[in-house]
Amino acid sequence: MLLSAGVFCSAIMPGQDDELAKSIERGKMIYSENCITCHMGNGEGVPAAFPPLAKSDYFINAPENAIRAVKFGLIGKIKVNGIDYDNMMPDPGLGKDEIADVVNYISNSWGNSSDKKIITEKMVEETKENK
Amino acid sequence: MTVLNNNKPLLTFMNKNIPLLKKYIPLALGGALLMASAGLMSNSGMNPDKKPEKKFSEASLQVDTVATGLTMPWASALLPNGDLLVTERGGKLRLVQKGKLDPQEISGIPEVYYKGQGGLLDIALHPDYKSNGWIYISYSSPKAAGEEGDDNGANTALIRAKLKDHALTDIQPLFKAIPNVKANVHFGGRIVFDKKGYVFLSLGERGQKENSQNLGRDQGKVVRLHEDGKIPTDNPFVKTEGARPEIWTYGHRNPQGMIIHPTTGVIWEHEHGPQGGDELNIIEKGKNYGWPLITYGIDYDNSIISKDTARAGLEQPVTFWRPSIAPCGMTFISNDKFKEWKGDLIVGSLKFMYLQHLVVKGNKVTSREIIFDKIGRVRDVRQGWDGNIYVVLENSGKVVRISPKS
Repeated sequence: MLLSAGVFCSAIMPGQDDELAKSIERGKMIYSENCITCHMGNGEGVPAAFPPLAKSDYFINAPENAIRAVKFGLIGKIKVNGIDYDNMMPDPGLGKDEIADVVNYISNSWGNSSDKKIITEKMVEETKENK
Repeated sequence: MTVLNNNKPLLTFMNKNIPLLKKYIPLALGGALLMASAGLMSNSGMNPDKKPEKKFSEASLQVDTVATGLTMPWASALLPNGDLLVTERGGKLRLVQKGKLDPQEISGIPEVYYKGQGGLLDIALHPDYKSNGWIYISYSSPKAAGEEGDDNGANTALIRAKLKDHALTDIQPLFKAIPNVKANVHFGGRIVFDKKGYVFLSLGERGQKENSQNLGRDQGKVVRLHEDGKIPTDNPFVKTEGARPEIWTYGHRNPQGMIIHPTTGVIWEHEHGPQGGDELNIIEKGKNYGWPLITYGIDYDNSIISKDTARAGLEQPVTFWRPSIAPCGMTFISNDKFKEWKGDLIVGSLKFMYLQHLVVKGNKVTSREIIFDKIGRVRDVRQGWDGNIYVVLENSGKVVRISPKS
């Protein structure tokens, strides 16, 4: 949490809108290849199986949760928008740049907004696995 | 018990050697089982409240964990001594002895492309493993120098090797799907033997659906090879200009379940389709299974892939799944101890974390039911030589054995 607050504040820089737009565009491709079959085309997920990404309280105020899930995969129980999920997301094996791109896409699609804040490779690098 | 033992050799003999008598087997089997049950009832301490005529169901089965501690396991093979070999998608081959995972991995696995859905995939023992020791392994293979395709790309490859202590020896590369593609999805990877000297490998379209229809590429195909990797001269497209000679069937998306029918010897396959279009197919020489020209599904971004579900010259599935279950792993039940389930299919679901029992009559699926709901993300379902069903669970890193309760 502390980490995210720090990095997200420092992440707003001039000229970055353009960079964010490009990252989102690349992220869309990565999403359609690695995420879409479970989380679906509009980020709605699959009831009782895969949680939604659209307006998901799992990462809306804590984008590092999204980075962590994409970087390391997820296993076991989580609660998303009040509903329990107990499944597994394999580590998709993406590069740090790809992780940043896909999280930027997810954070700015289907009603989600990162308020123009961009996830950078460095932030992906600094995100540690929950032990 | 004596009744059961006396009948066993007879049934085995009939099944394997007298296909013409096939239609009489159910009759003989029913009788034998009735007698066997009676024998069990009186001799083995079975709960006397359980009536022998009770319908065989999920409740008739028990699940025992036979391996734990695996990391993203993909497939398992039961060795003649009861040990299990298990592939981990990250690139390790592991040995499980007496229910314990050996901490030492098996050496000799080639470099695998571990990304997205790629990695170390299937494992299958040669039908004559006991005499020749051959183990077949499929995996996502990164582009090697001189190979066709995208730089940093990959495609599915097949090797065979022998196991000596903790090492693969006599490693022989048999096949590599061409071209290499820079995408993380749809590697297929299932290996089956037809016991006539051929091995089949299923190949996904690597995220390029149009290439399933391109006979010049291996994407979205089932290929047929001699067991030493040579390409049979009687494959269907050997004489077709521009076609790859290893192709047996085409028009597949991502086939991750494949099994030979125990009595007809025909291959049954299932594949991950688009949204609402997972298919079960019967695989026959030279046929086109239609992806992406026809499909029962729509794309995952909700766009229409084809308005057609059927077209002349394109095969129809035996059945399809809507919603998609993400089928992975499949076996026919061919052991008598599964009673009236014998001849049926068990299919794994990655997505909904259960198994499905499909009742098969001839070339039709007459009904299907969910069994063992929440068992886990099912990667592999196969019948061991002991007649039990081994299920590989990706999320919990386990292999479980399903067998009739005794």
